[in-house]
Amino acid sequence: MENLNLIYPEIFLSLLTIGLLMLGVFKKNSFNLIIRFSSIGLLLLIPVVYINNDISNELFSQNYLVDSFSIFMKILILGSSAIALFFTNEYIKNSSINQFEYPILVLTSILGMFVMVSSNNLMGLYLGIELQSLSLYVLASLNRDSIKSTEAGVKYFVLGALSSGLLLYGCSLIYGFTGSTNYYIIAKSFDANNLALLFGLVFILVGLAFKISAVPFHMWTPDVYEGSPTSVTAFFALAPKVAGMAAIIRILYVPFGNIVIEWQTILIFISVASMILGAVAAIGQSNIKRLMAYSGISHMGYALAGLVTGTKDGVASTILYVLIYVVMSIGSFVCILVMKRKNIYLENIRDLSGLSKNHPLVALSFVVILFSLAGIPPLAGFFAKFYIFMAVVKVEFYTLAVIGLVTSVISAFYYLRIIKIIYFDPSQEKFDPISSNGIKFSLAFSTLIILFYFLNPSIFTFFTNIATAAIK
Amino acid sequence: MLAHAIIFYFFSFVVIASSVMVISSKNTVHAVFFLILDFVSVACLFIMLGAEFLGMITLIVYVGAVAVLFLFVVMMININFSELKTGFLDYLPFGMLIGVVIFIELVMMISAWKYKAEFIVTKKIAKPLVSNTESLGMIIYTDYILFFQISGLILLVAMIGAIVLTFRRKDSLRRQDITTQVSRERDESVELRDVPNFKGVKIND
Repeated sequence: MENLNLIYPEIFLSLLTIGLLMLGVFKKNSFNLIIRFSSIGLLLLIPVVYINNDISNELFSQNYLVDSFSIFMKILILGSSAIALFFTNEYIKNSSINQFEYPILVLTSILGMFVMVSSNNLMGLYLGIELQSLSLYVLASLNRDSIKSTEAGVKYFVLGALSSGLLLYGCSLIYGFTGSTNYYIIAKSFDANNLALLFGLVFILVGLAFKISAVPFHMWTPDVYEGSPTSVTAFFALAPKVAGMAAIIRILYVPFGNIVIEWQTILIFISVASMILGAVAAIGQSNIKRLMAYSGISHMGYALAGLVTGTKDGVASTILYVLIYVVMSIGSFVCILVMKRKNIYLENIRDLSGLSKNHPLVALSFVVILFSLAGIPPLAGFFAKFYIFMAVVKVEFYTLAVIGLVTSVISAFYYLRIIKIIYFDPSQEKFDPISSNGIKFSLAFSTLIILFYFLNPSIFTFFTNIATAAIK
Repeated sequence: MLAHAIIFYFFSFVVIASSVMVISSKNTVHAVFFLILDFVSVACLFIMLGAEFLGMITLIVYVGAVAVLFLFVVMMININFSELKTGFLDYLPFGMLIGVVIFIELVMMISAWKYKAEFIVTKKIAKPLVSNTESLGMIIYTDYILFFQISGLILLVAMIGAIVLTFRRKDSLRRQDITTQVSRERDESVELRDVPNFKGVKIND
């Protein structure tokens, strides 16, 4: 096998996981050591992934692709997971879920995401999704003594299993009617007049929409976000969304690339429904983690709007949107982890009052992040939405663009309400001082990117264009 | 050909009837037995299709391992399942409606396939001369080695998850530690005392 070097990242990640597992089993109380090793391992993996950047290759008889798209997505997954481990480290220790299995399950889920991103085969897609979600189910219920965490895990598991079943049903229909699970062969022998194939396509889309929590398959999101430990919620909001979106992009544009008309209407519905529900349902929330869940739903709606177009511009804008969404999510979850009084982590939005007095810099960064989430210029979130709407308008889906604009105005309301609570509500007791370097660094990282994105947007577009070039 | 059809319809009938019995029988042990019957008939159908490997795997994995494990669990824990089924009648109409809709959709789909002669592009799953197992063996460690390994990792994650979520280290439990057992000296455990007459010894423990 002469091109085994192309899957070095996957091999390295599996060996790292198994090695750390052994270390954890035989050395007692080794959480600190293992989380450090896994963060370093993730950072080391970034150059390993990047090395193959100038070649586009098909492995295992075209069933596994290593191209610029998968490399971009893998680096995004690795970077966001490493940062998530970095800034949640303190929370994990304080809430006594510091079992050594935590980072190991994060690593296995990242391996699953790698397979999701790179796979050019329905079987690989399914296996990747299973590996990723199985680890996430366990992570969600890691806090065994909390009823909410257990409920989150069970709910996520049951609904996830259902959606996997639907996905598999779709895969089996497509396999039965095209004779292969390979994306290229499916693309060649796909006959849009065949009802059964469209059935399969719909079922696959349902399964994938569940994974990125798009409406109407979003039911699990608020409960799981609220119930899981905050560190796990932060991870949920980052890497799995990237991987899910990457899988959707690949499956829509490679095997089903020549029947855009067929899936366009479905995607328009999912996108519009997500935008509207995300904007409207978040208004009544009092728990900030639930609010972030709805915010995530609406952001996935915007990201899907870019895919509706079926053009390269649309894909590029979606990739950029996911990138900026990840940066903004990092910042907002860091701010949620700052909400701590007398060593108790708070989750109610009202508890944010007085943040501007205790931590003026954090308050200012949170405002920047919230403005960016609402899409106010000249912050990064505005440009992300701007490119999406540009792509949508270019193919003359004016209604979709208008709905997107209206919902982004509605969602601005609840973001602004948080800002009002931070700055104008009477302050309560003091917040605990921030001791973790991870929190400081991640917040600064996220805020600076959001603030100064407009100075040179072409850096980001340069990378997204390279990634898009691999599609089609 | 007639015999083939008779056997096929016989097994299909058993599959459907036993799966209906799984969800409707009051006694859970009976339900699990019907589940086993269901799996066995499905395995027979697979073998009739010529997919003997799949049939055998169904027998070994589902009947041999999963269903029997189910049976043990059902026998050991004493849950009143009839209580869980109390809402069954209330949800029946809605469930039936969804079932009917999905059934109609499936019929539409299958009829669309049935009456389109030009459609058929299906390939043979395996070469006729090579057996199922052999053809699987030829690709599973070559083209599909990565996916094979990933499925192994999925099993590993399932194991880690089960241990993380259920295992609790109790300090009150006494565990066997062979090194301390073996390295115990006579002096540590046995003590000689003079026992005075009519007074006895006080044992401190």
